[in-house]
Amino acid sequence: MRTYILRRLLLIPLIMLLVSFMTHSTFRIIPGSVAEIKCGLQCTPQLIADTKHEYGLDRGFFEQYGSWLGVYTNEDGKVSGVLQGNFGKSFLTTLSVDGEIQDRLPVTLELMALALILSLLMGIPPGIISAIRPGTPLDWVVRVASVLWISVPSFYLGILIITFGASWFGWSPPNFETGRAVPITEDPIKNLQTYFFPALVLSLGIAAVIMRLTRSSLLEVMRNDYIRTAWSKGLRERSIVWRHALKNAMIPVLTIIGLQVGGLIGGSVIIESVFALNGMGNYLLVSIIARDLLVVQSLVLLFAFVYVLINLIVDVGYAWLDPRIRYG
Amino acid sequence: MAKATALELELLEKGIPRAPLWRRLLRLAGSQPLGVVGLCFIGLILFCAAFADYIMLHNPQEIAVGPVSEGPSWSHPFGTDRLGTDTFSRTIFGARIAMIVGMSAILFGTTTGSAIGIASGYFGGIVDSILQRLIDSLLAYPAVVLLLAIIAVVGDEDSPVKEFLREPEVHLGFLGATIPLGPAGVIPEGTVWGVPNFLDVIVIALAIGLAVAVGTARVVRGAVLSLKENMYIEAARAMGASDFRIMLRHIFPNVAALVVVLSTIFLPIAILAEAAISFLGVGVPAGTPSWGADIGDPSNRAEAFDGSWWVVFFPGLALSIVVLGFNLVGDAFRDISDPRLRGGGGGTPGM
Repeated sequence: MRTYILRRLLLIPLIMLLVSFMTHSTFRIIPGSVAEIKCGLQCTPQLIADTKHEYGLDRGFFEQYGSWLGVYTNEDGKVSGVLQGNFGKSFLTTLSVDGEIQDRLPVTLELMALALILSLLMGIPPGIISAIRPGTPLDWVVRVASVLWISVPSFYLGILIITFGASWFGWSPPNFETGRAVPITEDPIKNLQTYFFPALVLSLGIAAVIMRLTRSSLLEVMRNDYIRTAWSKGLRERSIVWRHALKNAMIPVLTIIGLQVGGLIGGSVIIESVFALNGMGNYLLVSIIARDLLVVQSLVLLFAFVYVLINLIVDVGYAWLDPRIRYG
Repeated sequence: MAKATALELELLEKGIPRAPLWRRLLRLAGSQPLGVVGLCFIGLILFCAAFADYIMLHNPQEIAVGPVSEGPSWSHPFGTDRLGTDTFSRTIFGARIAMIVGMSAILFGTTTGSAIGIASGYFGGIVDSILQRLIDSLLAYPAVVLLLAIIAVVGDEDSPVKEFLREPEVHLGFLGATIPLGPAGVIPEGTVWGVPNFLDVIVIALAIGLAVAVGTARVVRGAVLSLKENMYIEAARAMGASDFRIMLRHIFPNVAALVVVLSTIFLPIAILAEAAISFLGVGVPAGTPSWGADIGDPSNRAEAFDGSWWVVFFPGLALSIVVLGFNLVGDAFRDISDPRLRGGGGGTPGM
């Protein structure tokens, strides 16, 4: 177990190095258009060269990679890059990426946390009910709901909520008028009004996956011999489900929850755009549309890092929860 | 006694008699009504995609074919938008865009993915290690972020991918030579099958296909790893078959079924992916009648916010129907193959 965790931990820097290298080289495929976008209509060869020099774009491929990563001197002679927590600055707005991340990270984190809580609430209890009462109308309702939740795209649902919320109830998310999401410390009610629907829309698909897996996993476990033994001992149903069945049934569910967090990251990019939340996903999207590739490069790396870290936590948690699994 | 023997002989000869195929299919359909509904949904959308020209009432891109911003009516079943474009025609035509992008993405993705997966699994060793680490690092990005990153690179007007598709040739800098790989304009830039900006649409499909390829390669490699231990592979090698021949004639046919299954799983995901990135405004060019683009178009959204809900409602409904259809059919197949797991797992996370 300890060796397994250690090995996984040692693998992370390697994977991240590979990811960073791929990210960097991929964004170098694009011909030198970045400098041309920057100077716009007044582009002269001299101006392009100056801009390139200012951002270190005239340097060699590995020099650029090293300085972005933070193992080699920058164009101004300092060693400061991603490893030191310096994600560079925007090519177009010249704002530092770090500052933007500080402003935007809380938005995305709150959205994701709320979505995760909602998807657990809407996924696990219905899944359990449907598994211990298979074939009943209740089970049928849960299953139809789950297939609908999976099938309706989150962004479509979000647009519908905004559209019909406005025309039927005269309601729209508070951040539509003010242009910014109120932090939870300032006004919790307004904050929840802002985040509830985006989180709900984001969580439905994940809730459905969790619900379906909880159901099938619990159904599977309930057929085991030890459950039959528990029944014949005369235990009450509640204690069989809660004390005996659920523990084993939850192991695959936990794995899928971990895997869904990746979907949550991707989904937040889309949902932030639907509900005009200024989070990390929105930042990535705006930068891609503006072709602010230096920002895109750093953000993509950050997203990948978080994702790899979550996957590690899931794997380690899995090994810890299920002692039957031995990693050689 | 003699009669029974004759019957036994007949049974041995013809096999145990079974109900005719159509009756067995009917019985299967009866046991999976939701699966049949799903098949109908998929059929409906395929029909719309194929015969859009005959179903559409107007040109989906033509403005002022009717009154401006009018709700559903007999002459415009899904209403019109602020420019007087017919939403019904756009929604019907969207099926064709979705299918063209989805199918091209799957075709490109599963072909490339299986080729990489087969080579990786078959050769093993250093080739496998390099390819698998490459796939590891591609899987390290959340799917949507990977797709957006690919789009950011290939979506550019002068991106090498678009240049290549315009004029398929390879420049060998160190030789100063250019090797043409195909005639210029194999993939035309103009309107094909009524789809405007065909080249740009195909580039989007290729980007999605690249993400599909990563997933396919991983799964196919796993299958090949166990396949290549089979005796017949060794027999083929003993008979002097080349590696290429073994991969093509002995390994590929055995993973083909798996690849077909993967394609059906990835097709709705690819359609959703196209809708999602077009919704975000980085997919198909503006004005293309794609469902995702129609839902995400800022002026459509503003219009819907002000009361003209139909301009976003119907394209999204069509998209939901496709995805629902595939999910229902997928569930039905899972039930048939393993009745114990009614309604378990699966799904398309993150969209």
